Amino acid sequence: MALDKVVPQNGPEEYEGREKYTHVGTRVDRPDGLDKVTGRAKFGADAHAPGMLHGAIVRSPHAHAKILKIDTSKAEALAGVKAVVTRADFAAGLEGEDWNILENVMASDTALYDGHALAAIAATSSLIARDAVKLVEVEYELLPHVTDVDEAMKPDAPVIRAGQQSKLVPEGMHPNVVNYYEGGHGDMVAGFAEADLVIERHFTTEAAHQGYIEPHAALATLGNDGTGELWCCTQGHFIVQKTCAALVGIDTSQLRVTASEIGGGFGGKTTVFLEPVALALSRKANRPVKMVMSRSEVLRATGPTSSASMDIKIGMTKDGRITAGKGVFRLQGGAFPDAPAGMAAECSFAPYNLNAVSIEGYEVMANRPKQAAYRAPGSPMAAFAVESVVDELCQTLGLDPIETRLKNASREGTKAAYGPTWDRIGLVECLEAAQAHPHMQAPLRESEGRGVAAGFWFNHGGETSVSLALSEDGTAQISVGTPDIGGSRASMALMAAEILGIEYKNIRVTVADTATLGYNDVSHGSRVTYASGLATINAAKDAVGKLCDRAAQRWGIDPEAVIWEDGCAKPAGPNAGQFDPMPLKEITKRMGRTGGPISGHFEATPEGAGVSFGVHIVDAHVDRETGKTSVDRYTVIQDAGKAVHPTYVEGQFQGGAAQGIGWALNEEYVYGEDGRLQNTVFLDYRIPVASDLPMIDTVIVEVPNPGHPFGVRGVGETGICPPLAAIANAVSGAVGVRMTSLPMSPPKILKALKEQ
Amino acid sequence: MVEVNLWSGLRRFTDGAVVVEVDAKNVGEVLTGLVQKHPELEDIIEAGVSVAVDGKVIASGLTEKVRPDSEVFIIQQLKGG
Repeated sequence: MALDKVVPQNGPEEYEGREKYTHVGTRVDRPDGLDKVTGRAKFGADAHAPGMLHGAIVRSPHAHAKILKIDTSKAEALAGVKAVVTRADFAAGLEGEDWNILENVMASDTALYDGHALAAIAATSSLIARDAVKLVEVEYELLPHVTDVDEAMKPDAPVIRAGQQSKLVPEGMHPNVVNYYEGGHGDMVAGFAEADLVIERHFTTEAAHQGYIEPHAALATLGNDGTGELWCCTQGHFIVQKTCAALVGIDTSQLRVTASEIGGGFGGKTTVFLEPVALALSRKANRPVKMVMSRSEVLRATGPTSSASMDIKIGMTKDGRITAGKGVFRLQGGAFPDAPAGMAAECSFAPYNLNAVSIEGYEVMANRPKQAAYRAPGSPMAAFAVESVVDELCQTLGLDPIETRLKNASREGTKAAYGPTWDRIGLVECLEAAQAHPHMQAPLRESEGRGVAAGFWFNHGGETSVSLALSEDGTAQISVGTPDIGGSRASMALMAAEILGIEYKNIRVTVADTATLGYNDVSHGSRVTYASGLATINAAKDAVGKLCDRAAQRWGIDPEAVIWEDGCAKPAGPNAGQFDPMPLKEITKRMGRTGGPISGHFEATPEGAGVSFGVHIVDAHVDRETGKTSVDRYTVIQDAGKAVHPTYVEGQFQGGAAQGIGWALNEEYVYGEDGRLQNTVFLDYRIPVASDLPMIDTVIVEVPNPGHPFGVRGVGETGICPPLAAIANAVSGAVGVRMTSLPMSPPKILKALKEQ
Repeated sequence: MVEVNLWSGLRRFTDGAVVVEVDAKNVGEVLTGLVQKHPELEDIIEAGVSVAVDGKVIASGLTEKVRPDSEVFIIQQLKGG
């Protein structure tokens, strides 16, 4: 749809949203709060088992090397060592993503990056296991390596793994380019010709780790009979069950996986690393095996996000209309396919209603660890590049950055850069809230700059099962299969309380293990409050239907003549008869004698996840002597659809912004000439600490998602999309240099200032 | 018949077409119809795509309904963090 055909946004039509909520939208105490502040909560490394062994992994010190021989005899001879495994101890004949995951978990014939696992040891103590690691002798033939995305695409770059290229890749490209996406619409030549100003820039971003506080940990038991138990910190224990079963060659149903409390994941715990290794060691030793990664192992061998190289070209008229936008995104995903280049391309111009847009994405392999998802994979780096150029256009043409974004904003009925016509979305409301926010009117101090940027994420639904059981005393227990990574137990209880009409404190939500509930997709894609929430609402409605049946039975009327209001069954309609409302507790105390226990269930793959937009405002200043950038004030404005627990929603906004600040200013993977990672601890890999951050202000915008009964949109990921650009734009405003390479670390800023 | 819009990188496998008409009542039939008309799309679709129907992104549900006048786009498979 062209700009001159924009129609006003319609109100929500399909969702059942209520005028007034009793529980949803309140700031109740979190159910896991006491356990976490008293140290009672059990995380991955907190599990123990009788006779437990400790595992450790032998890792490659080389970026790329043929493995000629692994001699484990000296390690096996060490007193206390009970088992050693190599690739031969895992399933053979795997294909596709299972093969790639196994190849990452345990190398076959080639070490593909510094830190790649080659063998593992189980011993009676962690110390003995680590000593035994040093006794494993590996003969290597060193191979040429490449860690930079642009270098990896050059004709003379070493081939990391031949035969991985998708047929989507244009002919003649290097084998390290494994996938390609191309999309867009409109006449690009005419679009750029229409512009009064065209700016074209090249951008790079470095890989950043998800930086979760809790390292990966697992406790595994796998007997010779092929049945096993696994305890681990994960964002999705059902996918762990499925993947581990495939990798160690057992039936899925024979492996029961329990998710621990989780000390952060942000996408990095959506796959497996230690878990199949602990299972293989346990099977060999016939004893439980516990494995816990060090921080160095986390940084060397678990997925950071991709690094990126991007070219952006945007044309704009003098009055601020964007006439055309072009973006090329090259993302490296480590020595494996699946870098989110296509998603970077699709997200890049999402905030803009464009008549002419062209987007391309290249997935590239390099000698680095297998990238893993990190909050809105692909979107933050794309937003950094596009929003920086939009800011530079506004700066050069003397235009207001928010007014210009409003002029070009995507809204209901306009065509997204990646194709479809937008449903009800909340970008305009976010921009208007930003425009009206006191932050935008506050005066800047000398040498301070203000940056604004928008961001977008799709959000996701996914396979979901929920079970709700009522107790005789009128309380409820809910079993969900999505690990609670952002407060979902509280949100589920609030939504169930709204439907059942009982108190929040009378509902307990448990993350059930894989043996006690149907399949659940991972807690990713900002899906849990949306999808598990929708399933919880429907499970509660299923139980309410049964409660109404029991009341009808007692009153001797048709079930259709009973409604549920305020936690009570009530006769409805003139012919239903006169009966006093029957509270839930009154029905449940007799349920065993009136037909049996009452439960509600719901299983589905909900597909109505509404997309989410956000707008960030940053004030920052730069010390011209040291090059250090300080963030002075920060405001996040984001569409949540409906905030079920506003405090958690605000926490997600703040968390995304804090991680974005780290990515923008300091975090990066530093590789030496030898292809080894140089900064393998938090002293050298610098994530932001409290003193680096201002209080991050938040504004929750609520434009209901028609695809959820209460209008919920996922909020976990969008918050990390705008910060990289918003901070770069603030730096530009503060000292007049346009930073096109992340992180904007002091040396880079100083260099830019010298060249100014 | 439903008009299915492809991302432009797929036209190499559809004789240059970026819009393909298929006889379909749901997402599964959209994908099957595409493969029947253009067999070279099979492994790309098998590797994973998402389908946007009337602005709603269908990540995996093959039974989601499609009307003859629905706007249908094949897009990259979504993966979140």
